Amino acid sequence: MNTLKKFLGLFWMVLGPLTMTFLFIQAIDKVGLTHTDIERTNTILQWAIILFIFFPISLGLMIFGFYAWKGEYEHLPESSEEL
Amino acid sequence: MSDNLPKNNIFKVIGASSLGTLIEWYDFYIFGSLAVIIGHQLFPEDAGASALINTLAIFAAGFIVRPFGALVFGRLGDLIGRKYTFLLTLVLMGGSTFFIGLIPSYKSIGYAAPILVLILRLIQGLALGGEYGGAATYVAEHAPKNKRGFFTSWIQTTATLGLFLSLGIIVITKNILGAETFGDWGWRIPFLLSIVLVVVSIYIRMKMHESPLFSKLKAEGNISKNPLKESFNNKANFKMVLLALFGATMGQGVIWYTGQFYAQSFLENTCKLDFNDSRYILLWGIAFATPFFVVFGAWSDKVGRKWIMLSGMLLGILFYRPIYQIFLDDTDYTKIEQADILSATPAPVTAVLMQNSTDSLRTVSTQVRLKNGASFNSIHVDTVSATKGTLLGKEIIKDKVLPTPVFWKFVGLIFFQILLVTMVYGPIAAFLVELFPTKIRYTSMSLPYHIGNGVFGGLVPFIATLIASFSGATPLSGLWYPIGVAALSLVIGTIYLSNKRDEKIND
Repeated sequence: MNTLKKFLGLFWMVLGPLTMTFLFIQAIDKVGLTHTDIERTNTILQWAIILFIFFPISLGLMIFGFYAWKGEYEHLPESSEEL
Repeated sequence: MSDNLPKNNIFKVIGASSLGTLIEWYDFYIFGSLAVIIGHQLFPEDAGASALINTLAIFAAGFIVRPFGALVFGRLGDLIGRKYTFLLTLVLMGGSTFFIGLIPSYKSIGYAAPILVLILRLIQGLALGGEYGGAATYVAEHAPKNKRGFFTSWIQTTATLGLFLSLGIIVITKNILGAETFGDWGWRIPFLLSIVLVVVSIYIRMKMHESPLFSKLKAEGNISKNPLKESFNNKANFKMVLLALFGATMGQGVIWYTGQFYAQSFLENTCKLDFNDSRYILLWGIAFATPFFVVFGAWSDKVGRKWIMLSGMLLGILFYRPIYQIFLDDTDYTKIEQADILSATPAPVTAVLMQNSTDSLRTVSTQVRLKNGASFNSIHVDTVSATKGTLLGKEIIKDKVLPTPVFWKFVGLIFFQILLVTMVYGPIAAFLVELFPTKIRYTSMSLPYHIGNGVFGGLVPFIATLIASFSGATPLSGLWYPIGVAALSLVIGTIYLSNKRDEKIND
Protein backbone atom coordinates (compact mmCIF):
# COMPACT_ATOMS: atom_id res chain seq x y z
CA MET A 1 0.00 0.00 0.00
CA ASN A 2 2.85 2.39 0.81
CA THR A 3 4.30 1.90 -2.70
CA LEU A 4 0.90 2.66 -4.20
CA LYS A 5 0.58 5.79 -2.02
CA LYS A 6 4.03 6.91 -3.13
CA PHE A 7 3.57 6.38 -6.88
CA LEU A 8 0.09 7.82 -6.92
CA GLY A 9 1.78 10.93 -5.49
CA LEU A 10 3.33 11.44 -8.94
CA PHE A 11 -0.13 11.23 -10.48
CA TRP A 12 -1.54 13.89 -8.11
CA MET A 13 1.43 16.12 -8.86
CA VAL A 14 0.66 15.92 -12.57
CA LEU A 15 -3.12 16.11 -12.12
CA GLY A 16 -2.92 19.60 -10.52
CA PRO A 17 -1.38 21.41 -13.55
CA LEU A 18 -3.38 19.25 -15.98
CA THR A 19 -6.64 20.36 -14.35
CA MET A 20 -5.59 24.00 -14.55
CA THR A 21 -4.60 23.66 -18.22
CA PHE A 22 -7.92 21.99 -19.01
CA LEU A 23 -9.87 24.75 -17.23
CA PHE A 24 -7.85 27.46 -18.94
CA ILE A 25 -8.49 25.97 -22.40
CA GLN A 26 -12.20 25.63 -21.57
CA ALA A 27 -12.31 29.28 -20.43
CA ILE A 28 -10.74 30.53 -23.69
CA ASP A 29 -13.03 28.29 -25.72
CA LYS A 30 -16.25 29.36 -23.99
CA VAL A 31 -15.40 33.07 -23.99
CA GLY A 32 -14.62 32.79 -27.71
CA LEU A 33 -18.04 31.30 -28.41
CA THR A 34 -19.94 34.29 -26.99
CA HIS A 35 -21.79 36.59 -29.36
CA THR A 36 -22.64 39.81 -27.55
CA ASP A 37 -20.67 42.10 -25.23
CA ILE A 38 -22.92 41.41 -22.21
CA GLU A 39 -22.68 37.67 -22.82
CA ARG A 40 -18.89 37.96 -23.12
CA THR A 41 -18.60 39.98 -19.87
CA ASN A 42 -20.71 37.40 -18.04
CA THR A 43 -18.73 34.48 -19.43
CA ILE A 44 -15.38 36.09 -18.59
CA LEU A 45 -16.62 36.77 -15.05
CA GLN A 46 -17.86 33.21 -14.58
CA TRP A 47 -14.63 31.64 -15.81
CA ALA A 48 -12.48 34.11 -13.89
CA ILE A 49 -14.24 32.95 -10.71
CA ILE A 50 -13.62 29.30 -11.59
CA LEU A 51 -9.93 29.84 -12.42
CA PHE A 52 -9.38 32.01 -9.34
CA ILE A 53 -10.78 29.31 -7.08
CA PHE A 54 -9.26 26.24 -8.63
CA PHE A 55 -5.74 27.58 -9.13
CA PRO A 56 -4.77 27.42 -5.41
CA ILE A 57 -6.63 24.13 -5.03
CA SER A 58 -4.64 22.62 -7.92
CA LEU A 59 -1.50 23.90 -6.25
CA GLY A 60 -2.65 22.17 -3.05
CA LEU A 61 -3.14 18.92 -4.97
CA MET A 62 0.42 19.20 -6.29
CA ILE A 63 1.77 19.69 -2.76
CA PHE A 64 -0.35 16.75 -1.58
CA GLY A 65 1.17 14.65 -4.38
CA PHE A 66 4.66 15.82 -3.43
CA TYR A 67 4.11 14.81 0.21
CA ALA A 68 2.74 11.44 -0.92
CA TRP A 69 5.76 10.90 -3.19
CA LYS A 70 8.10 11.75 -0.29
CA GLY A 71 6.35 9.11 1.84
CA GLU A 72 4.75 11.58 4.30
CA TYR A 73 1.51 9.55 4.33
CA GLU A 74 3.11 6.15 4.94
CA HIS A 75 2.46 6.53 8.63
CA LEU A 76 -0.47 8.67 9.72
CA PRO A 77 -0.44 10.09 13.25
CA GLU A 78 -2.56 7.97 15.58
CA SER A 79 -2.79 10.67 18.20
CA SER A 80 -2.62 14.47 18.14
CA GLU A 81 0.67 14.23 20.03
CA GLU A 82 2.35 13.05 16.86
CA LEU A 83 1.45 16.23 15.01
CA MET B 1 -13.53 16.75 29.96
CA SER B 2 -11.78 18.26 32.94
CA ASP B 3 -13.40 17.98 36.37
CA ASN B 4 -12.04 21.37 37.52
CA LEU B 5 -13.88 23.39 34.93
CA PRO B 6 -17.47 24.57 34.85
CA LYS B 7 -19.50 21.83 33.24
CA ASN B 8 -22.42 22.49 31.01
CA ASN B 9 -24.97 19.84 30.58
CA ILE B 10 -23.97 18.30 27.24
CA PHE B 11 -27.48 18.60 25.85
CA LYS B 12 -27.56 22.31 26.70
CA VAL B 13 -24.24 22.63 24.90
CA ILE B 14 -25.59 20.82 21.87
CA GLY B 15 -28.85 22.79 21.96
CA ALA B 16 -27.20 26.21 22.18
CA SER B 17 -24.56 25.41 19.57
CA SER B 18 -26.99 23.75 17.20
CA LEU B 19 -29.61 26.48 17.33
CA GLY B 20 -27.12 29.18 16.38
CA THR B 21 -25.57 27.06 13.65
CA LEU B 22 -29.00 26.15 12.31
CA ILE B 23 -29.91 29.83 12.07
CA GLU B 24 -26.66 30.59 10.27
CA TRP B 25 -27.38 27.87 7.73
CA TYR B 26 -30.93 29.17 7.37
CA ASP B 27 -29.56 32.65 6.64
CA PHE B 28 -27.10 31.27 4.18
CA TYR B 29 -29.58 29.10 2.27
CA ILE B 30 -32.59 31.35 1.81
CA PHE B 31 -30.56 33.13 -0.84
CA GLY B 32 -30.10 29.92 -2.84
CA SER B 33 -33.70 28.84 -2.38
CA LEU B 34 -34.86 32.16 -3.83
CA ALA B 35 -32.23 32.41 -6.59
CA VAL B 36 -34.75 32.68 -9.44
CA ILE B 37 -36.80 35.45 -7.78
CA ILE B 38 -33.72 37.34 -6.56
CA GLY B 39 -32.30 37.13 -10.10
CA HIS B 40 -35.37 39.00 -11.40
CA GLN B 41 -34.99 41.65 -8.68
CA LEU B 42 -31.25 42.27 -9.05
CA PHE B 43 -30.75 42.24 -12.81
CA PRO B 44 -32.38 43.83 -15.88
CA GLU B 45 -35.63 42.21 -17.01
CA ASP B 46 -34.13 41.17 -20.35
CA ALA B 47 -31.14 39.41 -18.74
CA GLY B 48 -32.84 36.01 -19.18
CA ALA B 49 -30.80 32.92 -18.23
CA SER B 50 -27.73 35.00 -17.42
CA ALA B 51 -29.66 36.58 -14.49
CA LEU B 52 -29.97 33.12 -12.92
CA ILE B 53 -26.33 32.24 -13.60
CA ASN B 54 -25.17 35.61 -12.20
CA THR B 55 -27.38 35.17 -9.13
CA LEU B 56 -25.93 31.68 -8.66
CA ALA B 57 -22.48 33.29 -8.99
CA ILE B 58 -23.36 35.73 -6.16
CA PHE B 59 -24.70 32.75 -4.20
CA ALA B 60 -21.43 30.94 -4.93
CA ALA B 61 -19.37 33.97 -3.83
CA GLY B 62 -20.66 33.37 -0.30
CA PHE B 63 -19.21 29.87 -0.47
CA ILE B 64 -15.92 30.99 -1.95
CA VAL B 65 -15.10 33.29 0.97
CA ARG B 66 -15.98 30.68 3.58
CA PRO B 67 -12.38 29.42 3.79
CA PHE B 68 -11.21 33.01 4.46
CA GLY B 69 -13.81 33.25 7.24
CA ALA B 70 -12.44 29.97 8.56
CA LEU B 71 -8.95 31.49 8.69
CA VAL B 72 -9.99 34.81 10.25
CA PHE B 73 -12.44 33.46 12.83
CA GLY B 74 -10.60 30.17 13.31
CA ARG B 75 -7.56 32.18 14.36
CA LEU B 76 -9.73 34.28 16.70
CA GLY B 77 -11.29 31.13 18.13
CA ASP B 78 -7.88 29.63 18.90
CA LEU B 79 -6.71 32.94 20.43
CA ILE B 80 -9.67 34.33 22.42
CA GLY B 81 -11.89 31.27 22.71
CA ARG B 82 -14.70 29.43 20.98
CA LYS B 83 -17.64 31.10 22.70
CA TYR B 84 -17.01 34.76 21.86
CA THR B 85 -15.89 33.99 18.32
CA PHE B 86 -19.04 32.25 17.32
CA LEU B 87 -21.14 34.93 19.01
CA LEU B 88 -19.48 37.41 16.68
CA THR B 89 -20.12 35.26 13.60
CA LEU B 90 -23.78 35.02 14.56
CA VAL B 91 -24.16 38.82 14.75
CA LEU B 92 -22.44 39.30 11.38
CA MET B 93 -24.55 36.63 9.72
CA GLY B 94 -27.87 37.87 11.14
CA GLY B 95 -27.09 41.50 10.30
CA SER B 96 -26.08 40.86 6.70
CA THR B 97 -29.10 38.61 6.08
CA PHE B 98 -31.42 41.29 7.45
CA PHE B 99 -29.88 43.94 5.19
CA ILE B 100 -30.24 41.73 2.09
CA GLY B 101 -33.96 41.87 2.81
CA LEU B 102 -33.80 45.68 2.63
CA ILE B 103 -31.82 46.11 -0.61
CA PRO B 104 -33.80 47.98 -3.31
CA SER B 105 -34.27 46.24 -6.67
CA TYR B 106 -32.40 46.85 -9.94
CA LYS B 107 -35.31 49.02 -11.11
CA SER B 108 -34.66 51.44 -8.21
CA ILE B 109 -30.86 51.62 -7.95
CA GLY B 110 -29.50 49.81 -11.03
CA TYR B 111 -26.34 47.74 -10.69
CA ALA B 112 -25.80 49.02 -7.14
CA ALA B 113 -28.39 46.38 -6.14
CA PRO B 114 -26.38 43.26 -7.13
CA ILE B 115 -23.14 44.89 -5.89
CA LEU B 116 -24.60 45.58 -2.41
CA VAL B 117 -26.05 42.08 -2.24
CA LEU B 118 -22.69 40.66 -3.28
CA ILE B 119 -20.96 42.53 -0.41
CA LEU B 120 -23.52 41.30 2.13
CA ARG B 121 -23.25 37.80 0.69
CA LEU B 122 -19.48 37.91 1.21
CA ILE B 123 -20.01 38.89 4.87
CA GLN B 124 -22.43 35.97 5.21
CA GLY B 125 -19.80 33.63 3.80
CA LEU B 126 -17.10 34.94 6.14
CA ALA B 127 -19.40 34.55 9.15
CA LEU B 128 -20.39 31.00 8.24
CA GLY B 129 -16.73 30.17 7.68
CA GLY B 130 -16.12 31.05 11.32
CA GLU B 131 -19.28 29.55 12.76
CA TYR B 132 -19.29 25.88 11.89
CA GLY B 133 -15.78 24.98 13.03
CA GLY B 134 -16.45 26.74 16.33
CA ALA B 135 -19.72 24.94 17.00
CA ALA B 136 -18.33 21.51 16.05
CA THR B 137 -15.19 22.06 18.11
CA TYR B 138 -17.20 23.37 21.05
CA VAL B 139 -19.48 20.32 21.13
CA ALA B 140 -16.65 17.81 20.51
CA GLU B 141 -14.60 19.30 23.33
CA HIS B 142 -17.52 18.75 25.71
CA ALA B 143 -18.32 15.21 24.49
CA PRO B 144 -17.08 11.95 26.06
CA LYS B 145 -14.51 10.24 23.80
CA ASN B 146 -16.65 7.22 22.92
CA LYS B 147 -19.63 9.34 21.90
CA ARG B 148 -17.97 12.11 19.95
CA GLY B 149 -19.51 11.03 16.65
CA PHE B 150 -22.96 10.81 18.23
CA PHE B 151 -22.85 14.22 19.91
CA THR B 152 -21.27 16.13 17.02
CA SER B 153 -23.78 14.57 14.61
CA TRP B 154 -26.42 16.85 16.15
CA ILE B 155 -24.41 19.80 14.88
CA GLN B 156 -24.33 18.02 11.52
CA THR B 157 -28.12 18.00 11.31
CA THR B 158 -28.19 21.81 11.46
CA ALA B 159 -27.15 22.45 7.87
CA THR B 160 -29.94 20.27 6.50
CA LEU B 161 -32.43 21.59 9.06
CA GLY B 162 -31.41 25.15 8.15
CA LEU B 163 -32.25 24.32 4.55
CA PHE B 164 -35.52 22.73 5.71
CA LEU B 165 -36.41 25.83 7.71
CA SER B 166 -35.58 28.14 4.82
CA LEU B 167 -37.70 26.11 2.37
CA GLY B 168 -40.55 25.86 4.88
CA ILE B 169 -40.65 29.59 5.61
CA ILE B 170 -40.43 30.41 1.89
CA VAL B 171 -43.30 28.05 0.99
CA ILE B 172 -45.49 29.31 3.86
CA THR B 173 -44.79 32.98 3.05
CA LYS B 174 -45.49 32.44 -0.64
CA ASN B 175 -48.72 30.56 0.00
CA ILE B 176 -49.97 33.25 2.40
CA LEU B 177 -49.08 36.21 0.16
CA GLY B 178 -49.70 34.66 -3.26
CA ALA B 179 -47.14 34.20 -6.04
CA GLU B 180 -47.34 37.75 -7.40
CA THR B 181 -46.93 39.59 -4.07
CA PHE B 182 -44.20 37.15 -3.04
CA GLY B 183 -42.28 37.82 -6.26
CA ASP B 184 -42.78 41.56 -5.81
CA TRP B 185 -41.77 42.12 -2.15
CA GLY B 186 -42.77 39.03 -0.12
CA TRP B 187 -39.43 37.33 -0.82
CA ARG B 188 -37.85 39.83 1.60
CA ILE B 189 -39.74 38.44 4.61
CA PRO B 190 -37.58 35.28 5.09
CA PHE B 191 -34.49 37.56 5.13
CA LEU B 192 -35.98 40.07 7.59
CA LEU B 193 -37.23 37.30 9.86
CA SER B 194 -33.64 36.24 10.44
CA ILE B 195 -33.00 39.09 12.88
CA VAL B 196 -35.56 37.67 15.33
CA LEU B 197 -34.01 34.19 15.17
CA VAL B 198 -30.52 35.59 15.67
CA VAL B 199 -31.48 37.65 18.74
CA VAL B 200 -32.97 34.53 20.37
CA SER B 201 -29.83 32.52 19.57
CA ILE B 202 -27.47 35.21 20.90
CA TYR B 203 -29.42 35.32 24.16
CA ILE B 204 -29.04 31.55 24.58
CA ARG B 205 -25.37 31.51 23.63
CA MET B 206 -24.47 34.35 25.98
CA LYS B 207 -25.33 32.01 28.85
CA MET B 208 -22.90 29.31 27.74
CA HIS B 209 -19.45 28.73 29.23
CA GLU B 210 -16.20 28.54 27.31
CA SER B 211 -15.07 25.10 26.09
CA PRO B 212 -13.40 23.20 29.00
CA LEU B 213 -10.40 22.13 26.90
CA PHE B 214 -9.76 25.67 25.66
CA SER B 215 -10.20 27.07 29.21
CA LYS B 216 -7.67 24.50 30.47
CA LEU B 217 -5.16 25.46 27.79
CA LYS B 218 -5.70 29.13 28.59
CA ALA B 219 -5.28 28.57 32.32
CA GLU B 220 -2.03 26.72 31.65
CA GLY B 221 -0.85 29.46 29.28
CA ASN B 222 -0.63 26.99 26.41
CA ILE B 223 -2.88 28.64 23.84
CA SER B 224 -1.35 29.10 20.44
CA LYS B 225 0.33 32.47 19.82
CA ASN B 226 -0.03 32.18 16.06
CA PRO B 227 -2.57 29.51 15.06
CA LEU B 228 -2.26 30.22 11.33
CA LYS B 229 1.49 29.71 11.40
CA GLU B 230 1.20 26.59 13.51
CA SER B 231 -1.55 25.17 11.31
CA PHE B 232 -0.02 25.73 7.92
CA ASN B 233 3.69 26.26 8.51
CA ASN B 234 4.02 23.00 10.37
CA LYS B 235 4.42 20.31 7.71
CA ALA B 236 3.06 17.52 9.91
CA ASN B 237 -0.13 19.49 10.41
CA PHE B 238 -0.40 20.96 6.91
CA LYS B 239 -0.19 17.53 5.28
CA MET B 240 -3.19 16.48 7.41
CA VAL B 241 -5.08 19.60 6.29
CA LEU B 242 -4.47 18.55 2.66
CA LEU B 243 -5.45 14.95 3.36
CA ALA B 244 -8.66 16.04 5.10
CA LEU B 245 -9.51 18.22 2.09
CA PHE B 246 -8.76 15.83 -0.77
CA GLY B 247 -9.63 12.57 0.99
CA ALA B 248 -12.83 13.57 2.75
CA THR B 249 -14.31 17.08 2.74
CA MET B 250 -14.07 17.61 -1.03
CA GLY B 251 -16.19 14.51 -1.77
CA GLN B 252 -18.48 15.20 1.16
CA GLY B 253 -19.13 18.73 -0.13
CA VAL B 254 -20.29 17.70 -3.60
CA ILE B 255 -22.49 14.90 -2.23
CA TRP B 256 -24.12 17.37 0.17
CA TYR B 257 -24.89 20.02 -2.43
CA THR B 258 -25.94 17.63 -5.19
CA GLY B 259 -28.41 15.81 -2.97
CA GLN B 260 -30.05 18.91 -1.62
CA PHE B 261 -29.34 22.03 -3.67
CA TYR B 262 -28.70 20.77 -7.17
CA ALA B 263 -31.60 18.35 -6.84
CA GLN B 264 -33.98 21.22 -6.11
CA SER B 265 -32.50 23.40 -8.84
CA PHE B 266 -32.76 20.50 -11.33
CA LEU B 267 -36.39 19.76 -10.47
CA GLU B 268 -37.37 23.41 -10.71
CA ASN B 269 -35.30 24.67 -13.63
CA THR B 270 -34.64 21.60 -15.79
CA CYS B 271 -37.70 19.45 -15.10
CA LYS B 272 -39.87 22.61 -14.81
CA LEU B 273 -41.73 21.39 -11.75
CA ASP B 274 -44.17 23.68 -10.01
CA PHE B 275 -42.54 25.92 -7.31
CA ASN B 276 -44.40 24.24 -4.45
CA ASP B 277 -44.00 20.67 -5.75
CA SER B 278 -40.21 20.97 -6.08
CA ARG B 279 -39.94 22.29 -2.52
CA TYR B 280 -42.43 19.86 -0.96
CA ILE B 281 -40.46 16.95 -2.43
CA LEU B 282 -37.28 18.24 -0.83
CA LEU B 283 -39.01 19.01 2.48
CA TRP B 284 -40.33 15.44 2.76
CA GLY B 285 -36.98 13.97 1.73
CA ILE B 286 -35.18 16.03 4.39
CA ALA B 287 -37.77 15.20 7.06
CA PHE B 288 -37.35 11.44 6.49
CA ALA B 289 -33.57 11.45 6.14
CA THR B 290 -32.42 13.89 8.86
CA PRO B 291 -32.48 11.34 11.74
CA PHE B 292 -29.83 9.36 9.87
CA PHE B 293 -27.20 12.04 10.60
CA VAL B 294 -27.37 10.91 14.21
CA VAL B 295 -27.56 7.21 13.23
CA PHE B 296 -24.38 7.39 11.13
CA GLY B 297 -22.65 9.69 13.63
CA ALA B 298 -23.30 7.21 16.45
CA TRP B 299 -22.37 4.23 14.25
CA SER B 300 -19.05 5.91 13.41
CA ASP B 301 -18.18 5.79 17.13
CA LYS B 302 -18.27 2.00 16.83
CA VAL B 303 -16.88 1.20 13.35
CA GLY B 304 -14.81 4.31 12.57
CA ARG B 305 -15.57 7.30 10.37
CA LYS B 306 -13.75 6.45 7.13
CA TRP B 307 -15.80 3.72 5.48
CA ILE B 308 -19.17 5.26 6.26
CA MET B 309 -18.14 8.50 4.57
CA LEU B 310 -16.52 6.81 1.57
CA SER B 311 -19.52 4.48 1.06
CA GLY B 312 -21.74 7.55 0.75
CA MET B 313 -19.45 8.93 -1.95
CA LEU B 314 -19.37 5.62 -3.85
CA LEU B 315 -23.18 5.33 -3.87
CA GLY B 316 -23.46 8.90 -5.18
CA ILE B 317 -21.02 8.18 -8.00
CA LEU B 318 -22.98 5.06 -9.00
CA PHE B 319 -26.54 6.34 -8.68
CA TYR B 320 -26.64 10.06 -9.53
CA ARG B 321 -27.06 9.66 -13.28
CA PRO B 322 -29.78 6.96 -13.08
CA ILE B 323 -31.69 9.03 -10.49
CA TYR B 324 -31.60 12.25 -12.52
CA GLN B 325 -32.54 10.32 -15.68
CA ILE B 326 -35.68 9.17 -13.85
CA PHE B 327 -36.42 12.80 -12.90
CA LEU B 328 -36.22 13.75 -16.57
CA ASP B 329 -38.21 10.77 -17.91
CA ASP B 330 -41.04 11.09 -15.40
CA THR B 331 -41.51 14.82 -16.05
CA ASP B 332 -41.45 14.54 -19.83
CA TYR B 333 -44.98 15.56 -20.82
CA THR B 334 -44.19 16.21 -24.47
CA LYS B 335 -45.45 12.80 -25.63
CA ILE B 336 -48.79 12.60 -23.86
CA GLU B 337 -51.74 11.22 -25.83
CA GLN B 338 -55.00 13.14 -26.35
CA ALA B 339 -56.79 10.34 -24.47
CA ASP B 340 -54.73 11.13 -21.32
CA ILE B 341 -56.02 14.71 -21.11
CA LEU B 342 -58.82 15.39 -18.67
CA SER B 343 -59.20 19.08 -19.42
CA ALA B 344 -57.40 21.91 -21.22
CA THR B 345 -58.34 25.41 -20.06
CA PRO B 346 -56.93 28.24 -22.16
CA ALA B 347 -55.99 31.51 -20.46
CA PRO B 348 -56.69 34.87 -22.18
CA VAL B 349 -54.32 35.39 -25.13
CA THR B 350 -51.85 38.23 -24.66
CA ALA B 351 -50.03 40.11 -27.41
CA VAL B 352 -47.04 42.46 -27.01
CA LEU B 353 -45.66 44.69 -29.77
CA MET B 354 -41.94 44.03 -30.37
CA GLN B 355 -39.53 46.97 -30.01
CA ASN B 356 -38.58 48.74 -33.28
CA SER B 357 -40.86 46.44 -35.28
CA THR B 358 -44.42 46.09 -36.50
CA ASP B 359 -44.42 42.42 -35.43
CA SER B 360 -45.88 41.34 -32.12
CA LEU B 361 -45.45 38.39 -29.76
CA ARG B 362 -48.60 36.43 -28.98
CA THR B 363 -48.63 34.26 -25.85
CA VAL B 364 -51.14 31.42 -25.71
CA SER B 365 -51.21 29.69 -22.34
CA THR B 366 -53.27 26.59 -21.57
CA GLN B 367 -53.69 24.90 -18.20
CA VAL B 368 -53.75 21.15 -18.94
CA ARG B 369 -54.98 18.52 -16.49
CA LEU B 370 -54.29 14.85 -17.05
CA LYS B 371 -56.41 11.91 -15.97
CA ASN B 372 -53.61 10.57 -13.72
CA GLY B 373 -53.73 13.74 -11.56
CA ALA B 374 -50.82 15.58 -13.18
CA SER B 375 -51.15 19.11 -14.54
CA PHE B 376 -49.00 21.67 -16.31
CA ASN B 377 -49.03 24.95 -18.20
CA SER B 378 -48.52 24.71 -21.95
CA ILE B 379 -47.26 28.00 -23.36
CA HIS B 380 -46.82 28.98 -27.01
CA VAL B 381 -45.13 32.28 -27.82
CA ASP B 382 -45.86 32.97 -31.52
CA THR B 383 -44.62 35.84 -33.66
CA VAL B 384 -47.41 37.62 -35.51
CA SER B 385 -45.99 39.43 -38.52
CA ALA B 386 -47.88 41.74 -40.88
CA THR B 387 -45.77 40.54 -43.81
CA LYS B 388 -44.95 36.88 -42.99
CA GLY B 389 -48.13 35.83 -41.18
CA THR B 390 -47.96 33.91 -37.90
CA LEU B 391 -44.75 32.08 -37.02
CA LEU B 392 -45.55 29.41 -34.45
CA GLY B 393 -43.14 29.25 -31.51
CA LYS B 394 -41.95 26.16 -29.70
CA GLU B 395 -44.20 24.80 -26.94
CA ILE B 396 -42.91 25.46 -23.41
CA ILE B 397 -44.23 23.23 -20.65
CA LYS B 398 -43.82 24.50 -17.10
CA ASP B 399 -45.36 24.57 -13.61
CA LYS B 400 -45.69 20.79 -13.73
CA VAL B 401 -47.58 19.17 -10.87
CA LEU B 402 -46.82 15.47 -10.49
CA PRO B 403 -49.37 12.69 -10.04
CA THR B 404 -49.31 11.38 -6.45
CA PRO B 405 -47.38 8.10 -7.08
CA VAL B 406 -44.66 9.96 -9.04
CA PHE B 407 -44.49 12.66 -6.35
CA TRP B 408 -43.72 10.03 -3.69
CA LYS B 409 -41.30 8.26 -6.02
CA PHE B 410 -39.41 11.57 -6.29
CA VAL B 411 -39.54 11.97 -2.50
CA GLY B 412 -37.95 8.50 -2.28
CA LEU B 413 -35.19 9.45 -4.73
CA ILE B 414 -34.46 12.68 -2.86
CA PHE B 415 -34.55 10.76 0.43
CA PHE B 416 -31.92 8.38 -0.96
CA GLN B 417 -29.70 11.29 -1.99
CA ILE B 418 -30.02 12.91 1.44
CA LEU B 419 -29.30 9.53 3.04
CA LEU B 420 -25.97 9.66 1.20
CA VAL B 421 -25.52 13.18 2.61
CA THR B 422 -26.04 11.81 6.13
CA MET B 423 -23.42 9.11 5.49
CA VAL B 424 -20.72 11.54 4.35
CA TYR B 425 -21.68 14.39 6.67
CA GLY B 426 -22.85 12.73 9.91
CA PRO B 427 -19.38 11.52 11.04
CA ILE B 428 -17.22 14.25 9.48
CA ALA B 429 -17.18 16.73 12.40
CA ALA B 430 -15.80 14.06 14.76
CA PHE B 431 -13.38 12.95 12.03
CA LEU B 432 -11.99 16.49 11.63
CA VAL B 433 -11.87 17.26 15.36
CA GLU B 434 -9.83 14.11 15.97
CA LEU B 435 -7.37 15.02 13.25
CA PHE B 436 -6.02 18.19 14.92
CA PRO B 437 -4.78 19.24 18.39
CA THR B 438 -6.82 21.57 20.62
CA LYS B 439 -4.70 24.69 20.38
CA ILE B 440 -4.99 24.96 16.58
CA ARG B 441 -8.14 22.85 16.08
CA TYR B 442 -10.55 25.68 15.21
CA THR B 443 -8.21 27.00 12.50
CA SER B 444 -7.01 23.65 11.15
CA MET B 445 -10.34 21.87 10.80
CA SER B 446 -12.24 24.90 9.53
CA LEU B 447 -10.12 25.42 6.42
CA PRO B 448 -10.42 21.97 4.79
CA TYR B 449 -14.07 21.81 5.81
CA HIS B 450 -14.93 25.13 4.16
CA ILE B 451 -12.88 24.51 1.02
CA GLY B 452 -14.41 21.06 0.66
CA ASN B 453 -17.96 21.84 1.66
CA GLY B 454 -18.13 25.51 0.72
CA VAL B 455 -16.04 25.74 -2.43
CA PHE B 456 -16.31 22.29 -4.02
CA GLY B 457 -19.83 21.72 -2.73
CA GLY B 458 -21.20 25.23 -2.91
CA LEU B 459 -20.17 25.55 -6.51
CA VAL B 460 -22.20 22.47 -7.57
CA PRO B 461 -25.35 24.39 -8.63
CA PHE B 462 -23.29 27.07 -10.42
CA ILE B 463 -20.80 24.80 -12.22
CA ALA B 464 -23.34 22.07 -13.01
CA THR B 465 -25.77 24.64 -14.45
CA LEU B 466 -22.91 26.19 -16.42
CA ILE B 467 -21.78 22.81 -17.83
CA ALA B 468 -25.36 21.92 -18.77
CA SER B 469 -25.61 25.22 -20.73
CA PHE B 470 -22.65 24.36 -23.01
CA SER B 471 -23.51 23.59 -26.61
CA GLY B 472 -23.83 19.83 -27.10
CA ALA B 473 -24.42 19.24 -23.38
CA THR B 474 -27.35 17.19 -22.14
CA PRO B 475 -29.38 18.04 -19.02
CA LEU B 476 -27.36 15.38 -17.17
CA SER B 477 -23.93 16.74 -18.21
CA GLY B 478 -23.72 18.94 -15.11
CA LEU B 479 -23.57 15.83 -12.94
CA TRP B 480 -20.07 15.04 -14.19
CA TYR B 481 -18.73 17.73 -11.85
CA PRO B 482 -19.94 16.19 -8.55
CA ILE B 483 -19.31 12.66 -9.83
CA GLY B 484 -15.72 13.50 -10.85
CA VAL B 485 -14.90 15.30 -7.58
CA ALA B 486 -16.47 12.54 -5.47
CA ALA B 487 -14.56 9.88 -7.42
CA LEU B 488 -11.25 11.67 -6.85
CA SER B 489 -11.98 12.05 -3.14
CA LEU B 490 -13.05 8.39 -2.91
CA VAL B 491 -9.75 7.18 -4.41
CA ILE B 492 -7.62 9.45 -2.18
CA GLY B 493 -9.67 8.66 0.93
CA THR B 494 -9.57 4.90 0.33
CA ILE B 495 -5.82 4.82 -0.15
CA TYR B 496 -4.54 7.47 2.25
CA LEU B 497 -7.04 7.83 5.13
CA SER B 498 -6.86 5.78 8.30
CA ASN B 499 -9.95 4.36 9.98
CA LYS B 500 -8.40 4.65 13.43
CA ARG B 501 -9.86 7.21 15.79
CA ASP B 502 -7.80 9.51 17.98
CA GLU B 503 -9.67 9.13 21.26
CA LYS B 504 -7.53 11.62 23.12
CA ILE B 505 -8.33 15.07 21.78
CA ASN B 506 -7.49 17.12 24.88
CA ASP B 507 -3.92 17.84 23.79
